Amino acid sequence: MFNMHKKRSWLFFLGVLILVGVALEAYAGDPTGAETLKKDPGAPVDYVWILVCAFLVMFMQPGFALVEAGFCRAKNAINLMMKNLMDFVAGSLVFFAVGYALMMGKDWHTLIGISGWFLHGDAYDVHTYLIWIFQVVFAATAATIVSGAVAERIKFPVYLFYSAVVSAIIYPIYGHWVWGGGWLSKLPFGVGAVDFAGSGIVHAMGGFIGLAGAMALGARIGKYDDKGKVKPIVGHNIPMAALGVFILWFGWFGFNPGSTLSAHELRISVIAVNTNLAAAAGALAALIFMKLKLGNWDLGMTLNGALAGLVAVTAPCAWVEAWAAVVIGLIAGILVCLSVLSLDKLHIDDPVGAVSVHGINGIWGVISVGLFADGTYGNYTTKAPYVKGLFYGGGADQLLAQLISAGVCIAWAFLMGWITFRVAKAVFGGIRVSAEEEAEGLDYGEHGGNAYPDFVVSSYQQH
Amino acid sequence: MKKIEAIIKPFKLDEVKEALMGLGIQGMTVSEVKGFGRQRGHKEVFRGAEYRIDFVPKVKVEIVVDSFVLNEAMTLIQEKARTGSIGDGKIFVSPIEQAIRIRTGESGKDAL
Repeated sequence: MFNMHKKRSWLFFLGVLILVGVALEAYAGDPTGAETLKKDPGAPVDYVWILVCAFLVMFMQPGFALVEAGFCRAKNAINLMMKNLMDFVAGSLVFFAVGYALMMGKDWHTLIGISGWFLHGDAYDVHTYLIWIFQVVFAATAATIVSGAVAERIKFPVYLFYSAVVSAIIYPIYGHWVWGGGWLSKLPFGVGAVDFAGSGIVHAMGGFIGLAGAMALGARIGKYDDKGKVKPIVGHNIPMAALGVFILWFGWFGFNPGSTLSAHELRISVIAVNTNLAAAAGALAALIFMKLKLGNWDLGMTLNGALAGLVAVTAPCAWVEAWAAVVIGLIAGILVCLSVLSLDKLHIDDPVGAVSVHGINGIWGVISVGLFADGTYGNYTTKAPYVKGLFYGGGADQLLAQLISAGVCIAWAFLMGWITFRVAKAVFGGIRVSAEEEAEGLDYGEHGGNAYPDFVVSSYQQH
Repeated sequence: MKKIEAIIKPFKLDEVKEALMGLGIQGMTVSEVKGFGRQRGHKEVFRGAEYRIDFVPKVKVEIVVDSFVLNEAMTLIQEKARTGSIGDGKIFVSPIEQAIRIRTGESGKDAL
């Protein structure tokens, strides 16, 4: 079934490729980089900056893998590592084939991009390739976020299918609307919707596709008892999860400052400081919130708090002052706690808190630009027009653009996610592994292995 | 010969071992075990949610001793493993019919 679907999609992609190839205007790219260098002798520093940042963002993949595997049970560790590996594998290939063109290609009626398929033809150009490598690690991040929300119960082929769909279609199209010259970036409010490094485009997108996935799958067996009370399913390796969060925090220094797409934008230092402060504030807020709520210094939620702060500051990081980054982070840290507790009340089982960290705080980040942007930085550039939020006398205009963009993000991610999981259900005959396999662990059921073969099983819980 | 099985708090193992060696005990077997008594487990927290641990980690010490040191060994274990708070564990004693040292074939008390 899976192969048939693949074949059909390939035919479709090839058809699109031929059509677009004919329609393209002819101007050659610069595959050697010689002309680019001649035109802009300052280019090398920008190239090195963007590449180093792209490599840092790629390193967030192991960060996500460790967080997810650590927060889940030992019997699913191979499965989680495999998923985090494969979304980067599938994401890279489909983003190369179609995703990049849809997102950053020549704009078609502000809806989609339509050039650069397979990085071929005019796209064979050092600058296009540079932007591609920076964009592909973001696309894969959006896909990998989903993996946490659907962990410990999704069939492996379904995972491959939806991560390809996310990186090929769902992520690039909304991405085009905000970053590729699409309609959201041209809204007649403020400078149009902005999202510096992707609180909405990457994180809320992943988070709300994850929400659709978690709802489509249903809760893991044993997460809620007969009376509906939460029975936490405890992660098997907390130090592993903590290391993952440290790696993500580190990778974020590529994610946000790199999004200037230029080392000549010295705003990178402001962005780095804001990124760090929001993470710290988010962690502290979550720590104190949980201490007041449960009486313990809870590492798991504090880690989620740091991530929440990072996610939230990702959109506003270039437009706000340090104190605002702290406030944004503090609010993010509280939001993530409230969201984790509320999702459990609604019986939506999100094993690692992906919806709360990335979905809710991604949206908060997008909105916060409209409140805290201080009018010192422009539309992704140091030049005017500057972005000004409500608290800096910019009126509600920018806020309105941000609210529209946030609403569209939620609707697009959730609906497309829901449709993708519905289609997967029909194609693969269900999206969830059998109850027996879930109890035994996906490591054995899906991958025929055991992540820790030399260790004695110490948890005999039925679920 | 008697076998003593003492289920104690894991961090008390060293003290108990030192005390028993001081008594001239030649060997012991230690296992990491889990269980509950009147303590009935305890509460832990994972990512903002409390849950109950029914089986608390303990250490089980097994030694086989000559009957005449039994009382002294039991007193020592009780003294060293005691913290006074709930969950200190239990000591069980049972008779042993035979013991053999595999390498030499010695049996009975000589094998201890």
